[in-house]
Amino acid sequence: MSVVESGLAVVPPGGRRRLPSLLVVFCSLVLVGLAIATFFGRSLAPKDPSVQNLLDAGAPPGHGHVLGTDGLGRDILSRVLVGTRQALEGPMVFCVCVTLIAVVFGLLAGFKGGWTETVIMRATDMLFAIPALLVIIITVGLLGGGYWLAVGLLVILTSPSGIRVVRSAVLAQRNLPYIEAARTLGVSNTKLMFIHVLPNILPNVVASILLDFVGGLIGLSSLSFLGLGSPPGASDWGRMLTENRPLLEGNPWAAVTPAVLLIVTAFSVTVLGDWAFQRLERRNNDRG
Amino acid sequence: MSILWWLLRRLVIIGLQLLAVSIVVFGILYLSPGKPEQILLGTQPANPQVLAAIRAKYHLNDPIVSQYWLWLRHALHFDFGRSIQTGQTVTGAISERLPVTIDLAIYAVVLVVLIAVPLGLIAGTRPGTFVDRGITTVITIGFSAPAFALGLASLYVFGVTLHWFPIYGVGSGFVDRVRHLTLPAATLAMMVIALIARQTRASAMRVNDQDFMTFARVRGLTPRVIWLRYLLRNSALPVVTSIGLVIANFLTGAVIVEQTFALPGIGTLVLDAITTKDIPVVQAVGLLAAFIVLMANLVADLSYTFLDPRLRTRTSV
Repeated sequence: MSVVESGLAVVPPGGRRRLPSLLVVFCSLVLVGLAIATFFGRSLAPKDPSVQNLLDAGAPPGHGHVLGTDGLGRDILSRVLVGTRQALEGPMVFCVCVTLIAVVFGLLAGFKGGWTETVIMRATDMLFAIPALLVIIITVGLLGGGYWLAVGLLVILTSPSGIRVVRSAVLAQRNLPYIEAARTLGVSNTKLMFIHVLPNILPNVVASILLDFVGGLIGLSSLSFLGLGSPPGASDWGRMLTENRPLLEGNPWAAVTPAVLLIVTAFSVTVLGDWAFQRLERRNNDRG
Repeated sequence: MSILWWLLRRLVIIGLQLLAVSIVVFGILYLSPGKPEQILLGTQPANPQVLAAIRAKYHLNDPIVSQYWLWLRHALHFDFGRSIQTGQTVTGAISERLPVTIDLAIYAVVLVVLIAVPLGLIAGTRPGTFVDRGITTVITIGFSAPAFALGLASLYVFGVTLHWFPIYGVGSGFVDRVRHLTLPAATLAMMVIALIARQTRASAMRVNDQDFMTFARVRGLTPRVIWLRYLLRNSALPVVTSIGLVIANFLTGAVIVEQTFALPGIGTLVLDAITTKDIPVVQAVGLLAAFIVLMANLVADLSYTFLDPRLRTRTSV
């Protein structure tokens, strides 16, 4: 797939010990920071993120608020910190679910062939051409149901492309000698799939986990931005953007901080996805 | 001859797909919470007479199949009823909002062609160099960042801080319109630029390594000929064929970008309709969106065959 060859982490061939580039180090640090904010955000926050102070509304940085306040006088830094978990838990659940579905059905379709493959691939064809986010906007907007319904729908509508990626990776393995050898030794199909084939397609799986995470982050934060994902009042990054957009002249940090965080998060995960893909692929190739 | 046959078959399939979509779209009225007559009533005060009148007017007492048939017949004549919120005909509301969205889309396409293809070609012909890394970094940001976050950041930098572009409105007259739509169009185009530049880069890398490229250089052809006739033409295939993906992207993108920049286009129309449960508007826009996606995929497949003669023989696939 061309999706994983942006080549950011490409290291010139022939290097002896390949050290990760500065960019990769930076992106890893971003991820560590995000993990800390996810788990300890509530205790790190200097103020209560939901306490309103209308006298102090829309104030620029200073006066005890490092990043100023929003239209209701709530502390931006605290809201951003606490909002990290809200912003990342959906994409996490999303990418894990998509990957599980993609691996199981992709392996089955690619390895078993026959009618199993036909049924799975026809089903994915049906869902493939649908503009997922548009459908989710309409469904969630009309039915209500909120955040986790959106996550579920996004999983269903994204899995087809994941299944295709895994299947095509499996097809490349299916006729290699090691499979035949294992089969001759009487290894069962299930064991073949999960013990022998899976490690060999791991680079694709890892890359697609990380790319799916980015896709989930974009999709779910877009929904929150449109006012459809997270509930009103939640300190969600996407929702903060909409709520604080009118403050661009007063306290721009209120809207710009979550925007920059979303951009940096998505960028870092993409870069690490590329990097991990290339490392794992090289290791697999080195082993022959 | 066979291509006509293929086209005919595709059109029939598209018709069937649209029919399936129309059933779902019609069903929206029944799937949304609340009774249909209550939804169609909107914010007016309810009393039994009004509700009964609405039931009669929309034929809600008829069997559901004949209701669908009636709705479909009207839809085929571009009659989707009236907006519950404004009382305007749905077709009227759409045609009022459509120009802004179309201008936005055209502007974005121009940006994509002018920026993405050259970037991809430049990066693809010098893989691993400083230039390539710079371009791929920008591409990765555009590819991974949510459009509304980029839009808002650019609104702050170029609108609020630098005052290069206006913050609100769509402008009147060509120059003013271009000025007002520059930031939205750039935001809408960003993701697609990243997508197309990425694919162009990959295919330019492949093409650049081919023997005919080396031979063209050895023969001493001018860079102009090499770039336009050899590189561009051979790298263009994946670009043109991703048009389906691009259109699908624009559809969703328009909703988000119009909301970010508060533009009165189709995107904000459908979003408002969704939040106010204005079902007739949602139904019409939903059907329109499905039609656009299906057509875009057809055009993408057609462009495949026209650009690459080798594929013409196996059109039956």
